[in-house]
Amino acid sequence: MSKLTFARAINAGLRKSLENDPKVVLMGEDIGSLGGVFRVTDGLQKDFGKHRVIDSPLAESGIIGTAVGLAYRGYRPVCEIQFDGFIYPAFDQIVSQVAKMHYRTQGRVKMPITIRVPFGGGIGSPEHHSESPEAYFTHTSGLRVVAVSNPQDAYAMIQQAIACDDPVLYFEPKRRYHDKGDVDETLDLSTALPLDKAAVVTAGSDVTLVAYGPLVKTAKDAAMAAADEGISVEVIDLRSLAPVDYPVVEASVRKTGRLVITHEAGQSGGLGAEIAASITERCFHYLESAPVRITGFDVPYPYSKLEMHHLPDLDRILDGVDRALGRRNSLSGLEG
Amino acid sequence: MLTDQAGKGVHHHTPSPEHSAQIPLRTGGELLQLVSPEGERISHPEFDIWVKDIGDEHLCSLYEDMTVIRRIDAEATALQRQGELALWPPLLGQEAAQIGSSRSLRDDDFVFPSYRESGVAYVRGAHLSEIARVWRGNASYGWDPMRINLATPQIIIGSQSLHATGYAMGVQLDGANTAVLAYFGDGATSEGDVNEAMVFAASYQAPVVFFCQNNHWAISEPVRVQSHVQLADRPTGFGIPSMRVDGNDVLAVMAATRVALDRARKGGGPTFIEAVTYRMGPHTTADDPTRYRDPIELEDWAAKDPILRLRKLLEAKGLLTDDVEARVKSKADAVAAELRSSCIDMPDPEPLDVFNHVYSTPNPWIERQRDHYSRYLNSFNQPAEEGAL
Repeated sequence: MSKLTFARAINAGLRKSLENDPKVVLMGEDIGSLGGVFRVTDGLQKDFGKHRVIDSPLAESGIIGTAVGLAYRGYRPVCEIQFDGFIYPAFDQIVSQVAKMHYRTQGRVKMPITIRVPFGGGIGSPEHHSESPEAYFTHTSGLRVVAVSNPQDAYAMIQQAIACDDPVLYFEPKRRYHDKGDVDETLDLSTALPLDKAAVVTAGSDVTLVAYGPLVKTAKDAAMAAADEGISVEVIDLRSLAPVDYPVVEASVRKTGRLVITHEAGQSGGLGAEIAASITERCFHYLESAPVRITGFDVPYPYSKLEMHHLPDLDRILDGVDRALGRRNSLSGLEG
Repeated sequence: MLTDQAGKGVHHHTPSPEHSAQIPLRTGGELLQLVSPEGERISHPEFDIWVKDIGDEHLCSLYEDMTVIRRIDAEATALQRQGELALWPPLLGQEAAQIGSSRSLRDDDFVFPSYRESGVAYVRGAHLSEIARVWRGNASYGWDPMRINLATPQIIIGSQSLHATGYAMGVQLDGANTAVLAYFGDGATSEGDVNEAMVFAASYQAPVVFFCQNNHWAISEPVRVQSHVQLADRPTGFGIPSMRVDGNDVLAVMAATRVALDRARKGGGPTFIEAVTYRMGPHTTADDPTRYRDPIELEDWAAKDPILRLRKLLEAKGLLTDDVEARVKSKADAVAAELRSSCIDMPDPEPLDVFNHVYSTPNPWIERQRDHYSRYLNSFNQPAEEGAL
């Protein structure tokens, strides 16, 4: 067991994949000699060569489009999109090609492409550096979407994503890159929790709190704070956003009867809406109250002096927990 | 091994002169032509050597392929008019560009087409039903790309140029001497993806040939809307050598394609070919070119018809015998009949096929929807229960 930062854990997972499979190649802007703007690929080009850790031209559609061709040739490209807000030039290649190729060819051509996306806010950046675009991709059939929340998962899930024969968008919470955690580098991937499974990270009985990526830590902190008030919150780290592991969420909601979902992305058409609807359909008779969403606002990601208002934090999540429990909360007395 | 529909090998030996072809970065001007519209063989000091192996029989087989794909095109257009195909993108007028280029490829080369390269698919060995089924709506792919080294028809304009470049980067990583060829049209040269493909191909010196069929029209937009310079001049800025060839001259197309493929194989990097041709038909069967095109223009290009030109060359050489004519006609008739019958006899897909192959690994969301829809379909087979809601 070693103590690694989030970024080093991904780095260690990438290294393992490069070692284990000669068909794995990394591509992206500044990932070579610089080691990526967040240093996630630090040292990999030096150790594996410029042909396997490829500094690409500054063209996101080009990165993903050439990855499609490499996959056609039998490679397993791992593409880095430097920041969440830079993914849109590649949107067409991701949605029209990466996601649909397997269906289009009825399984003749696989797209084992991993697209790493540092995402989310909280780092005081200018525009386009703090977004949470995951819902565009969870809405796109043919893609798997995961968001990692801790170094151990980051290490395991990057390898599982690369080994997966389907394309995976791998969202990395950039404000957690420097958090440290225990990582078991001897972990046997075949016995590790599969890529598409959610995990109950704090057990509880009063309210189910679903989070992913950067807000898992916030949600766990909120659960601890709630415990001080005698409220038992069960926190689920979704891990996989497409598909969502509904059996785990369902089992929890059947127990607690109450559901709070939190994410940094805006509310309308977000993942929280989908989960609220699905859980309502599946567990209607178990619900004691309406599902609650604590999310970013439906505004463009704000300038950094205001981002702390936009991002769900511990207190806003607890306010949502109170709402789910019918306790006094900020919206008490407000109709609808 | 690939064979074309006649069962003859399409893996022709490409002449490989001692020296690799040196193609300068283009500075405009010349249109490579080895056969004039009147069917006269025009000698060229650099390019003749690249087609010197093409003897009488080979010329006749090119004529046969061009005639057959024109017949496929006519038959498919008729099938669309009769309601048997949902849509068809005609290739009429582009037979020399498609046959000349695809007959220059090796079996192990990999091709990324747009949606109009039915002639290329024929040469690569796609079955006629495979060519038809995308346009009938029975599948979103035609052939197994890995069987004939030909990607599925690409409808997003220019997208495949990046796939070809990435595939070529993979070829480089493998240390193979395979070449990769991407087809696209004049309209695609405006797309970001084609420009990004040229950036990537130049940066990594990837073994890819960008084969642009300039058929002068992107649906209703003439090529001058896409570019103020000749299309062959565009790659110059990316550091990619290019050639501008008469796309209705099958020999010129072959020579240029062979040069470009040879450069790719020998580590010479990417090449761009502008094959100047003309879309004599509509963009697709859903289009009406009389709304935007001067009929005089069509007449001008009809005089430069690629098949007519090759016929004149064959006649001048005394090769267009009754035997050859009869053989080609009977081949075209047989292919058209097979296309028609395989199209009409094609079984419809099953309703639940809609859920197949979205992922290569099991997906609970899809399986749940499959299950629910299956129950819904089955509900029509069950007797109504009295008092049931």
